[in-house]
Amino acid sequence: MNFEFNDEQNLIKDQANGFLAENCSPEVVRQVLDGDDLYAKDLWQKIVEMGWTATVIPEEFGGLGLGYLELVVIAEELGKACAPVPFGSSVYLATEAILAAGSQAQKDAWLPKFAAGEVIGTLAYAEGGGQTTAASLTTSVDGGKISGSKAVVSDAEISQLMIVVAKSGGGDGASLYIVPTDQAGVTCEHVQTLDPTTNHANVTLAGADAELLGKDGDGWKILEAILDRAAVLYAWEQLGGAETCLVQAKEYAMGRYAFGRPIASYQAIKHKLADMYVKNTLARGNAYFGAWALDTGADDLPLAAATARVGSTQAYYYASKENIQTHGGMGYTWEFDCQFYYRRSKVLSVNIGSEGLWQQKLLDAAQSNAA
Amino acid sequence: MDFEDTAEEKAFREEARTWLEANVPTADELAGMDGMQRAKFWQKRKADAGWACIRWPKEYGGRDATAIENVILGQEEAKVDAPETGVFGIGQGMAAPTMMTWATEEQKQRFVPRLATGEDVWCQLFSEPAGGSDLAALRTKADRDGDDWVVNGQKIWTSGAHYSDWAILVVRTDPDVAKHKGLSYFFLDMNSPGIEVKPIRQISGEANFNEVYFTDVRIPDSQRLGDVGQGWQVALTTLMNERASIGAGGGGTKFGTVKELAESVQIDGRPAIEDSHVRAKLATWYVEEAGLKYTIYRTLSALSKGAVPGPENSIGKYVAGKKTQDMASFAIDLLEQEGIIRDRDQDARFSTLFQDTYMSIPGLRIAGGTDEIMANIIAERVLGLPQEPRMDKGIPFTEVPTGAN
Repeated sequence: MNFEFNDEQNLIKDQANGFLAENCSPEVVRQVLDGDDLYAKDLWQKIVEMGWTATVIPEEFGGLGLGYLELVVIAEELGKACAPVPFGSSVYLATEAILAAGSQAQKDAWLPKFAAGEVIGTLAYAEGGGQTTAASLTTSVDGGKISGSKAVVSDAEISQLMIVVAKSGGGDGASLYIVPTDQAGVTCEHVQTLDPTTNHANVTLAGADAELLGKDGDGWKILEAILDRAAVLYAWEQLGGAETCLVQAKEYAMGRYAFGRPIASYQAIKHKLADMYVKNTLARGNAYFGAWALDTGADDLPLAAATARVGSTQAYYYASKENIQTHGGMGYTWEFDCQFYYRRSKVLSVNIGSEGLWQQKLLDAAQSNAA
Repeated sequence: MDFEDTAEEKAFREEARTWLEANVPTADELAGMDGMQRAKFWQKRKADAGWACIRWPKEYGGRDATAIENVILGQEEAKVDAPETGVFGIGQGMAAPTMMTWATEEQKQRFVPRLATGEDVWCQLFSEPAGGSDLAALRTKADRDGDDWVVNGQKIWTSGAHYSDWAILVVRTDPDVAKHKGLSYFFLDMNSPGIEVKPIRQISGEANFNEVYFTDVRIPDSQRLGDVGQGWQVALTTLMNERASIGAGGGGTKFGTVKELAESVQIDGRPAIEDSHVRAKLATWYVEEAGLKYTIYRTLSALSKGAVPGPENSIGKYVAGKKTQDMASFAIDLLEQEGIIRDRDQDARFSTLFQDTYMSIPGLRIAGGTDEIMANIIAERVLGLPQEPRMDKGIPFTEVPTGAN
């Protein structure tokens, strides 16, 4: 049994941890929270220089050709630091979409740019009003021109390209398109969200140039495959956030005295932190299996991804809310950093489908595995 | 990252599997034997061939095997239809490590190999009516009389006391010093005069535990482990091993069986498995079950690299107990009015599985450390949080408040 990361992967994790401690302090997060920047540009530039955006891109496209086990350890560290950068949108979603469905020409065109950090990308599929399905899609393409609207798209304002899900007359009812954002037919309207350290916009597409990605009518199937892969990567980022919440809660509880003793000595607090540890530990086990399934391309990926996603979503929610609770009134102040994680946990819990949707997917996968 | 054995582990697995398949007792060999006889028969056969208690040193009946080899043997043994040997759990899992740490060489030579061969069954006489989670509050006393100690008092929750040959025992030898300092640790012959064993009927209807009464029971001082007053320290050796050996339990109530039930009963005229509320609950349990499984895989990977299991393993029982209780309760709900039937003649399909779990799981959440104690262990030993202040520190045991008048 060797269900662990190897020395090289652990080294990448340690390096990422050190890099983010130096370059993504809470002040960096706070600057985006309080200021007008849409993301931490300097940090993003340094992340690109570290080669993180090139991690899983094959060497023939200018990437590092590493595996997903290398990428998940970086994801966890980004989550720990609550990094205000478009890493998930660009790396877990847009890059993965091109890798999964791109033609040779599309890969040649885009992957080297992702690797070199010359472009940021995102995925636009939700259209608002609750769950988006292939049947509910209204965005459509006519003669290579795409029209419609996409709701609350992550990092849309800072992306140079979007992978857009539009309806199709054939197949599963959907197709994917590559839509460069630097054109008249694409308009982004900034939206305020629960988490100002992330960037979101409503996107209007009015006859914008769009290039088919993958087969027409295969769009929903490809989207599901992309989301399964992203679910594992986001699960690691969520897990990282949950771990920071536990660290923060523990440090505060050890130093805060009430009735003459540290609040960490009260069982009401100890059991709360024990439960955080337990949820994080179980989520980590599932995230491990998700990483293994993603890295090896196992048939189990849909089940492994949904399990990792649900586990990390639950763990992060619990840790982030109970971290504030452990801090008492101070945890509720703008001055304290607990808010970063409470905000981020909710954004990450819905960005590729809510906990409830992933629970349904989990059961679908468990039933089809058994069949 | 993979789930494969190393070359050494693979070779060991092959060797173990080959032996197990060739030597697992046949139905003919076991014919006419009761559970204890079957257990002893299989244990002896394993011991004779060097496959019993393999973690132990060879000189005490073991094989000097590694922790991961022990896990592999367990996995392989689970695949053959071998007799259940749980009756040896306390002796091998708790008494033996304690003896190996604290007994004289002569005692180790005499007692430990007989635990490996299954010739002796041991029980653990620790808990008392006034000392459960707070074990060190125990009141059973031992007074020195020449070369012997004379024991009077009562123990409780003793699994297997009625069929055990020997026992490990913690008693109070000095009530006038602080609570943890007045304890001493012994082992004794369960056939000693003055011992009376009374079964305790549980809410499940079974009687797995006993009360054990001591009336002037004599134990030779040579059967003391550790110094007089050092009993707590010796007991910790035992307890470290207890929490590792009480497993998740809960029988067959797990994700798979509850899912199977949900596929077979209906809500609003459709299979319950199609109800999103049912699916959400099942998904959450699956996540916990898988999380535990992969956490164990991580532990096994650490063992494979030579690590020692630590207190983080407390989470298994802590998580599984509550989860299994909720699952059994939910399964009963899914069956609606029929769910309350606990009659094997009437419920052929799941054979009272969920009802039996419902009635047995409260015990599992208490045995070997309550949920609350497990949470304390995680908080204190894993996370390093401070203990609660205590009212029993620095005062003689006789002055500790008890709630009795």
